[in-house]
Amino acid sequence: MSDTALEAGASASGSRHTVDPGRPEHPSGDDRFALVDTHLRRVHDAQDQLIETLHVAQDVFGFLSDDVLLYVARALRLPPSMVYGVATFYHLFTFEPPGEHTCTVCTGTACFVKGADDIVADVATAHGVHVGDTSADGRLTLRTARCLGSCGLAPVVVLDGVVHGHQSPSGALALLDGELGGVR
Amino acid sequence: MAERVPTVPITIDGVEMEATAGETVLQCARRHGVDIPSLCFLEGLSPVGGCRLCVVEVAEDLRLRPACATTVTSDMEVTTQSSRLRSYRRSILELLFAEGNHVCAVCVSNGACELQDVAVRCGMDHVRYELQAPRRRVDASHPRYVFDPNRCILCTRCVRVCDEIEGAHVWDVAHRGHGAELVTDLHRPWGESTSCTWCGKCVASCPTGALSHQGSSVGEMRHTPDMIAWLVAARRREWTEREARR
Repeated sequence: MSDTALEAGASASGSRHTVDPGRPEHPSGDDRFALVDTHLRRVHDAQDQLIETLHVAQDVFGFLSDDVLLYVARALRLPPSMVYGVATFYHLFTFEPPGEHTCTVCTGTACFVKGADDIVADVATAHGVHVGDTSADGRLTLRTARCLGSCGLAPVVVLDGVVHGHQSPSGALALLDGELGGVR
Repeated sequence: MAERVPTVPITIDGVEMEATAGETVLQCARRHGVDIPSLCFLEGLSPVGGCRLCVVEVAEDLRLRPACATTVTSDMEVTTQSSRLRSYRRSILELLFAEGNHVCAVCVSNGACELQDVAVRCGMDHVRYELQAPRRRVDASHPRYVFDPNRCILCTRCVRVCDEIEGAHVWDVAHRGHGAELVTDLHRPWGESTSCTWCGKCVASCPTGALSHQGSSVGEMRHTPDMIAWLVAARRREWTEREARR
């Protein structure tokens, strides 16, 4: 199966990573590894592509399990401890399965000054979720990030990958209600 | 028989000396008997300049330089002892002691510990910072060795010796900042590691009691960090007499 077929499949559905239906099953039994393989072929298994590969793997699987980390380590011929060390260094990599929706509040300097902490506190209370955790019903994961690089939009809330600038606690709660269907 | 090695003149603490071109300030100083405290540096391994204990002042340079990672240049004027350097070194040591659980009285390395030795030499008699007293789990799952992260100062000697000398890269540093810790493989118990060769070079290099032999009791552990430089020389087929430091 060629890269072009997979890329064509991906662009047709509008998603960054999709499995080509005609592709034979991945030896692991999980076709999502095929998407990681596609990326690995594109970067020629280059070891300096570790972080990019981890991003793709997290995009595909939603989080980085030990199996995925080990798969990436073996593919790039890197020691597992190094892959684990790099992955855990960055806040944007996660090792637990996320909830249905993910809300990330920027707590960088600009957003902090503009009241990001109030947004975090209100969302946490309203949805019964701790920062870095997923709510008991598995619907919402609340995360914080240190500076998303768009300080002009402070305070910034990222909901399911979509950036919402100039947020307030009530605005952020309204956004979440819209996304989660108003269910508390 | 020995080839003539180019030398450069340098001054350390007002004493003029000949440095071998390409060597570091720390290597030159130690060769001439000048004592610069250090912890993360280990002869035979790549320098990381992480512990900052070996910082020195270089004339006409406002920044302090880590002696272990600074190559000598011609007519360099280095100061290894000043009130500023002594105060910085003391602060670094106090922060190291405050960060972990360094209780000498119950440590396997008591009496033969590089951290303890350096603290004594630098006159660190108390810690001005609040002790963090972290709760860290001891990993005694390996049949031959024990890892006690409470005594770890993250010097990364074990990481480097395993990567550079043994070639297995079992160890690495995970997480960051305050939460940084040493891990084996994917943060699994050391005893379950599939990459560890049981060679023990990490234990030999450890400057504190963080890595020790199974069954060592208080004050019984003796590390052999000088083994690494000897091993590196031997790999070049240049055996020299190995001087046991302890």
